[in-house]
Amino acid sequence: MERNDDNWLLRVRNLTKIYGEANENTLALTGPMFNSNICPETDSIVACAGIDFDLYPGEVLGIVGESGSGKSTVVKLLYFDMEQTVGAAWLKPYNDGLINILSESNQKKRFIRNHLMGMVYQNPRDGLNFRFSSGGNIAEKLIMAGNMHVGHIRERASDLLNKTEVPVQRMDDRPSSFSGGMQQRVQISKAIANNPPLLFLDEVTTGLDVSVQARVLDLIRELQQDLGIAMIVVSHDLSVIRMLTDRTMVMKNGRIVESGLTDQILQDPQHEYSQLLVSSLL
Amino acid sequence: MNILEVNDLGKNFNLHILNGKRIEALKNINFTMKEGEIIGLTGKSGSGKSSLMKCIYRSYLASHGEIIYNSVAGKIDLVAATDHQIIQLRKNEITYCSQFLSVIPRVTAVDVVCENLFRSQKDKFEAREMAKEMLEKLGLPTSLWDAFPVTFSGGEQQRINVARAIIARPRFLLIDEPTASLDQKTKDVVVDLILDLKQNGTSVLCISHDEYTLEKLVDRRLALYKGEIEQLEGIAE
Repeated sequence: MERNDDNWLLRVRNLTKIYGEANENTLALTGPMFNSNICPETDSIVACAGIDFDLYPGEVLGIVGESGSGKSTVVKLLYFDMEQTVGAAWLKPYNDGLINILSESNQKKRFIRNHLMGMVYQNPRDGLNFRFSSGGNIAEKLIMAGNMHVGHIRERASDLLNKTEVPVQRMDDRPSSFSGGMQQRVQISKAIANNPPLLFLDEVTTGLDVSVQARVLDLIRELQQDLGIAMIVVSHDLSVIRMLTDRTMVMKNGRIVESGLTDQILQDPQHEYSQLLVSSLL
Repeated sequence: MNILEVNDLGKNFNLHILNGKRIEALKNINFTMKEGEIIGLTGKSGSGKSSLMKCIYRSYLASHGEIIYNSVAGKIDLVAATDHQIIQLRKNEITYCSQFLSVIPRVTAVDVVCENLFRSQKDKFEAREMAKEMLEKLGLPTSLWDAFPVTFSGGEQQRINVARAIIARPRFLLIDEPTASLDQKTKDVVVDLILDLKQNGTSVLCISHDEYTLEKLVDRRLALYKGEIEQLEGIAE
């Protein structure tokens, strides 16, 4: 059987983000071995370092780890919300994966974001504009992706709200008048409005009550099954990871300590920290 | 043709959080399996049956040895294969049915059974019809079809579990205690369903403690004792 290693959608190499002035020892003196991501010599903070992975089309990859382990940083770097210190990423649908998207101009990054990516943040306020209606938020994304026909935009917006079980009558209401779970579903509608091949989900169910959480998870599973969107799911919640993902990376102190098939990580964790994490599961 | 060749397989658990405690689960496991064969894995609780099955499915990482699987696209060592290759095999050829149903909240019984069909982009209506047919055969009351399996009894959950595993007709099925909490009549149905898969070329590795099921179902038995193969006994062909 062939390995077929070239089938990736997103390829990430040596993605690193350091806050503050680092020196040549910073990377060697931080990480899980030191149980710290603060450089003892320079006080710089290594948010994440040496992140390597390939994401395949339609695949769901989980990133799990405690608060401050760098998991959100990874997706924020890839969504251009912050700038990497070093590292590269290639996205197949963009120039056939030949150009490092992280070194592109801001204008091109905006294009990539608007056409090829979607992001769902933990806090709906980060992903939605609360001054616009829910329909307006979806329209914003569609307009940025080059859709200009008002009739088409409204049609697409109502389709998306339907799909995510937000009452279409409330399309013209502002998300501020919605419940947390509904805001999250509007945010998901917005994120997938442009049919992106890649979706980032950052702690999307954290803070929601369990019944709403189940509904949001359901929606994500269904989107994955129906549309085949590749996803990176960041969560500290192992049940979310178990339910949604095929593969998982475990992060600690800014580094990947283990990666593997999700059921393997959960049933036969190899690294000390993964073993601790799994044995702490309720 | 051999569908599976297991050579010198071993599995240890190194528990770092218990001061590096080491547990030896499997050692010196050697056996081959022919295509279309049903092998019964037997042995006491804790003898390593599930560990062996999980090493083959790659939920466990084997510590040494190799597991050569003869896939549609050629031979592959499941111990050394990449995660993506394993994902591909799980999608197209190898199915694992655990002893317990791990349920997804808010998904109906019918849709749980359809999971693998949905994943391979089968038409939803068609998939649900197939699932209903399967649940009918397994005698799951129609009133439960649209209910959520979280609240089902052990036997009902087990039937959902078995239905989900066999509906997509895998090429290689790993199945753990398929008849454990079922009544005699349902046991027969499950045995017949698995034999029907075999007729269509599926190879099956089946863990069971149930003499009746083993008698009816398996071609050969592989008995494990303390992580090693005790005997490999063939039933006359």
